[in-house]
Amino acid sequence: MSFYDTLLKLESMPLGEQSGQYGRNDVERALSREKLDPEDLLALLSPAAVPYLEEMAQKAHRITRAHFGYAVQLFTPMYVADYCVNQCTYCSFSVEHDFARKKLTMEEVDREASAIAATGLRHILLLTGESRKDSPVSYVKECAGVLRRHFSSVSIEVNPLSLEEYRELAACGVDGLTMFQEVYDRETYARLHVKGPKRNFRARLDAPERGCQAGFRSVTIGALLGLSDWRREAFMTAMHARYLQDRYPGTEISIAPPRFRPYLGSFSPESDVTDRALVQIILAYRLFLPRSGLTLSTREPAALRDRLVHLGITKISAGVTTEVGGHTGGGGTPQFEISDERSVPEIREMLYRSGLQPVFKDWDILAEAPV
Amino acid sequence: MSQDLFHIGGKSLSSRLFIGTGKYSRNTLIPEVVEASGSEVITVALRRIDPASREENILTHIPPHMTLLPNTSGARTAEEAVRIARLARAAGMGNWVKIEVINDQKYLLPDNLETVKATEILAAEGFIVLPYMSPDLSAALRLRDVGAAAVMPLGAPIGSNRGLKTKELVGILIEEAGLPVIVDAGIGRPSEAAEAMEMGAAAVLLNTAIATARDPLLMAEAFRGAVASGRQAYLAGLGAVRNAAEASSPLTGFLSV
Ligand code: SF4
Repeated sequence: MSFYDTLLKLESMPLGEQSGQYGRNDVERALSREKLDPEDLLALLSPAAVPYLEEMAQKAHRITRAHFGYAVQLFTPMYVADYCVNQCTYCSFSVEHDFARKKLTMEEVDREASAIAATGLRHILLLTGESRKDSPVSYVKECAGVLRRHFSSVSIEVNPLSLEEYRELAACGVDGLTMFQEVYDRETYARLHVKGPKRNFRARLDAPERGCQAGFRSVTIGALLGLSDWRREAFMTAMHARYLQDRYPGTEISIAPPRFRPYLGSFSPESDVTDRALVQIILAYRLFLPRSGLTLSTREPAALRDRLVHLGITKISAGVTTEVGGHTGGGGTPQFEISDERSVPEIREMLYRSGLQPVFKDWDILAEAPV
Repeated sequence: MSQDLFHIGGKSLSSRLFIGTGKYSRNTLIPEVVEASGSEVITVALRRIDPASREENILTHIPPHMTLLPNTSGARTAEEAVRIARLARAAGMGNWVKIEVINDQKYLLPDNLETVKATEILAAEGFIVLPYMSPDLSAALRLRDVGAAAVMPLGAPIGSNRGLKTKELVGILIEEAGLPVIVDAGIGRPSEAAEAMEMGAAAVLLNTAIATARDPLLMAEAFRGAVASGRQAYLAGLGAVRNAAEASSPLTGFLSV
């Protein structure tokens, strides 16, 4: 069993455009229930739910405050290598783009980590491009070893790994895994992933589950919204999250709803995800998965982020650069353009102003330090 | 009433309301809530404490007279809970610990089995252990036998504000467990806290109900009053509620004549 089997079954549901068949009654029923089923989720993502956005927002807000209070966890991504063997139509790191690639040495990782830790952040997300040759597991492990000296929680966003490799990383203190499926629609997936191991849809789809099995404390998944019909993508993402939550109750499953951003190439997205659509997606996620983490990245503009933090968001990135070595002025090529360029203190102030509490530390690495 | 102290872990407490630190909009509210609630015990998640950060460190906002009850939230196994508890003690947070072992991220229900294991290890190491648990009598008895100082059954799932859904079971623990019962989690209204106290709970612990109230300070005060009146009613001896009717003058008195 894997989510793949579930996905095949779900594909026969009225997804995307077809969700026009849901009406006000379906939305109202979904809003009145405490535990939502897949039909309710589809109704909340459907055009019929648009007039109910305020009602959805009120409920999402209530649920979030009850479960998470006013706490919003801060983290930042740290790019350590931008070598990539894949050709993804929508990304600057794609192998087809010619630029000077970089990979930090351990001294540089240490320097970059100190710079980030000095801002008060304690949660870090380590990122690499996807290249087993240039950033192999041993490299990720070495980086994690350095990072754990500076941070109380280290997560990774790297190419899909085997169960054994994930276990190895978990044992040396990596406690979170982020793995974006990018696109759940299999045809679009095949079209946008032109070359490289990432073409293997299934290997990627099953990676979060391997992460749960390996014992990571938190696993974050998501679709890159805009690559395909957003209703359908949001539905599959939420179903994937619930699948994992049902089977791995000990793992905290979170969803990130990133929207497509400008990058080095010229691809423009197929499905325009408006602000309104993004709000609908976030609210549907919250109502369908009341206890899941919801992560908001700096892909969104500052003014919008200031609003979205009231709708169910529980984790937010701050002080972001998407370049390798960007925190110490390394100046590599950004993976994509960010939109909210505010510093950690600025995000902290924004949260306080919004009546929310920025939480810098929400975990302690308990694994023994590697020898 | 003035001398109804709660003796636990070598301390005598005059307030039976324990509070949390988890969900406030800002840590600077904590001293005010402490004041308004009259509470003397405050639970804090070790995972949230960052001694390196002066500004954001919760501990700097906790008045010195409070008894710290570090909790092991985030622990999924007994082993993790034990490690967190030891970290807390090493960080100078005293020897009280609230064991929270949760392996269910959907409802955050505690794992009693792992909780017993962690309690046994930590009690043997001299900790004053207060385990958070699902109200199950055999688990409570085991916790007592391995050295828990009290048990903390949930009234309803954490953050649900649903009240004393587990009333029957908590009642059994109060009667049978042979150690103080502190109702933890689920209490959303002062009346529910009063109800737990009337039943004979030794104390109640709350966080969400105060932290997410529109006016947390007023709510803290409301709970302070409710816990005190519930306790008073318990001490006064509530008229027993029996399934069979009880006549006010004996009907079988003649038998002993
Ligand atoms: S999205 Fe990831 S795998 Fe694809 S090109 Fe960019 S870095 Fe490489």
